[in-house]
Amino acid sequence: MDVFLTILVDGTIYGAWLFLIAIGLTLVFGVMKILNVAHGALYAIGAYAAATLVGGNVIEEVAGFWALPLMLLGSILVAVILGPFLEKFVLRLFYGRDEVVLLLVTFGVSLILEDVIRMIWGVFSQYVAAPYSLFGNVEMGPLYYVGYDFFVVALAVLVGVATSLFLSRTIMGKIVLAVIHDAEISRAMGVNVSRVYLYTFTFGVFLAAVAGAFTSPMLAVTPSIGVNAIILSFAVVVIGGMGSIGGAAVGAALVGLSRATAINFWPEAELFVIYAVMAAVLLFRPQGLFGEPAQRRI
Amino acid sequence: MIHAVTSSPPLAALVCAAALMAVGLMLPDWVLFTASLALAKGLVVLGLVLLLRMGAVSFGQGMYYCLGAYICGLVGNATGVQDALFLVILSGLGCCALGAVLGVFLSAYRGVFFAMFNLALSMILYGALLKATSVGGSDGIGIAPPSYFGLSPSDEYRSILFYAFVVVIAAGVGLATRIYMRSELGLAALAVRDNEIRLEYLGLSVRRVIVFNYAIAAGLAGLGGGLVALVSGHIIPEFAYWTTSGEFVFMTVLSGPSSIVAAFGATALFETVRLVAGQYLPNAWQLMLGAFLLLSILFLPNGIGALAAGRRRTRAPDAKEDAR
Amino acid sequence: MSIALNAQGLSKSFNGIKAADGVSVSVADGEFVSLIGANGAGKTTFINMVTGYVRPDVGSITSYGREIVGLSPLQVTRLGIYRSFQIPQVFTGLTLMENLTVAINAVTAHERPLLSPRKAALNPDSRDRVDAVMERFQLGKYRDHLVSEISGGMRKLLDVGMATINSPKVLMLDEPTSGVASEEKFDFMDLVIEALSDQKAAVLFVEHDMDIVRRYADRIVVFHEGRVLADDRPDAALAQEDVRRYVTGKA
Repeated sequence: MDVFLTILVDGTIYGAWLFLIAIGLTLVFGVMKILNVAHGALYAIGAYAAATLVGGNVIEEVAGFWALPLMLLGSILVAVILGPFLEKFVLRLFYGRDEVVLLLVTFGVSLILEDVIRMIWGVFSQYVAAPYSLFGNVEMGPLYYVGYDFFVVALAVLVGVATSLFLSRTIMGKIVLAVIHDAEISRAMGVNVSRVYLYTFTFGVFLAAVAGAFTSPMLAVTPSIGVNAIILSFAVVVIGGMGSIGGAAVGAALVGLSRATAINFWPEAELFVIYAVMAAVLLFRPQGLFGEPAQRRI
Repeated sequence: MIHAVTSSPPLAALVCAAALMAVGLMLPDWVLFTASLALAKGLVVLGLVLLLRMGAVSFGQGMYYCLGAYICGLVGNATGVQDALFLVILSGLGCCALGAVLGVFLSAYRGVFFAMFNLALSMILYGALLKATSVGGSDGIGIAPPSYFGLSPSDEYRSILFYAFVVVIAAGVGLATRIYMRSELGLAALAVRDNEIRLEYLGLSVRRVIVFNYAIAAGLAGLGGGLVALVSGHIIPEFAYWTTSGEFVFMTVLSGPSSIVAAFGATALFETVRLVAGQYLPNAWQLMLGAFLLLSILFLPNGIGALAAGRRRTRAPDAKEDAR
Repeated sequence: MSIALNAQGLSKSFNGIKAADGVSVSVADGEFVSLIGANGAGKTTFINMVTGYVRPDVGSITSYGREIVGLSPLQVTRLGIYRSFQIPQVFTGLTLMENLTVAINAVTAHERPLLSPRKAALNPDSRDRVDAVMERFQLGKYRDHLVSEISGGMRKLLDVGMATINSPKVLMLDEPTSGVASEEKFDFMDLVIEALSDQKAAVLFVEHDMDIVRRYADRIVVFHEGRVLADDRPDAALAQEDVRRYVTGKA
């Protein structure tokens, strides 16, 4: 019984982490039809920003109190500085080209950002220890969990619900949904699609940075966390269906639970299990659980 | 004279190989090492060019490159057979076989899916190799220097002989690829990029074309990996890491889909820039790489192959919009 | 004569709208049949059902006695049922010669899946067939031009040429003369007829120009709102009262 509780809790925590990364990736893909490989690097930058603001050298008591607002501030800064810059001066040059070409472009951006990270923060691991003890420990039967992990779960729910509500309840959100559905027709109806792209991409950067900042206390921050993040969240997004937020949530939960199961019973197969789940889903639904099937037209 | 060379692929291959050999005889050992490396990696790029002709990009070609290197190293170490030709052919065939199997599944996907699934597969191999202590884990394994048909060269001639070996293989593979590209089957790959539905309505299976090209590309990556293993004498899991695959994609974009020589040329250019950058800007290598990638996509959408082929019309990778 | 194509009771609805409603059409080999009707009458849906692009909700289609409902476009094509398209579907990034070369490879590759590329590259037989089609459709002058450089009418010819190069048993041409200048339509159809003259293909072509229909069709199948309104010799079908009212508009 304990094993199943462990799997459930571990899987949920891991799934929350995945969802926080994947939601920005899937949103940007939904609106702009760009699979942003640089999302992982932006996630890493968010984590490093948090490390700088509330990491090792900062006095713990001060950091403890201010940690969460400071991490949010760091994420906003990352989004406001990098989002418009990347969208306006890089991506915009390549709109209208093949999906694969844009994939290459974001890959190039990702390479550049990784070196920028190394130049600013060096190659050694950094730790964001202070906020991790903010919420104490939680006792669950014979097991102890760190309270912060559950805070991240709550944050994932909050971000997911807030983003969905924004899309379905606000005018701006509905415009975004219209662009997701058909950018051409939206443009013809008078929607300023390039502004929607700008805002969406910036918001996507913000989501990546939030994911990085708020999950940084859970791990060692190194330059390579970005690539792990992008590969895993890509699997999540594919399982859920590219562009679907609900799909990303289900995908994250599925991947989280399967990974937790694997770690308990067959640790070597950790990565393999994630892709096995992805392959199994795609075998039956090539467009992902909540994706719309692509139509081939004559 | 020039016309005779350019219009006869076998002659062109012979002239290229002879020229490369002549240049090689004048080069110091350390340059020969880099040149051998560049030619071997050029084979991997050539495979990716075959995919690019179908409009497909793989972000995980490092998997086959790495696997080829490990096949070469592990078989060599386990059996004691050091024959270069035997080992690299084994690498190529092994990867080709795996490519044929995985290709059956991957051929259902296009665009970003195809690219990213390949990336995922390569990262699985990377992760597995890191944990596999029996094959050296993250330290990798060392390989004894190769022999050629029973002859083991002394240290003095090792570099030039290996260089000659790579030149011969590269010329042979280049020639075969060129013949293939111009054949009916090779043209079908271009047709996949243009209009899949029409291809099916002509009675040609798009998936079969994709699997065929993917398997060949995997085989070429394995061949290249085997050669690199032999020339460097040491192999590590990083061969499968995503930045390795990314570098291959970069070279492929630089090369463009239209020319064999461009594939090798782009690789040589890339390795040269890496050498220079490693000397002067060791910490900004990825940054330069990324910037170059963006610039070449922006200004050279068809790669350097299109620059060279001035008299032939180019085929832009995304010139298909007027079909709709 | 044997039945090249026999469709019985085909129905297909898209979101509740009946694009085909009990369509039955039978064509013998060597026959030239024109499909006419207003836009949306179900002609293209019929072609799409025969060629496996759209699966009928009910009904059966056989070709030389073999059921083909449920087969993919690829499988249907391999049975010898070829088609051309209203908007030419050709490989715009390839030259005309390369387009036809790909088309001809389709059959040889199917017969010999592991065909040696070298053999294919130097196969004189297939090159001859490409040249023959090139000549028949008067495309020779442009053989090394990219498709993106030639006119719409030429693309149309190329599209039809690609459909005919492998000796089809059944050939379905979706509006072959649309986009062709009206004074060139007869020449165009003459070329197509000429190209098919030495073959026993059953030809079905969608056409809006009644002069073309009268001149080239052995028989007309008239579509109206997803049903077959008439199926007869051209003069008889076109004289029918409801055909005049609903289709040709000369009541």
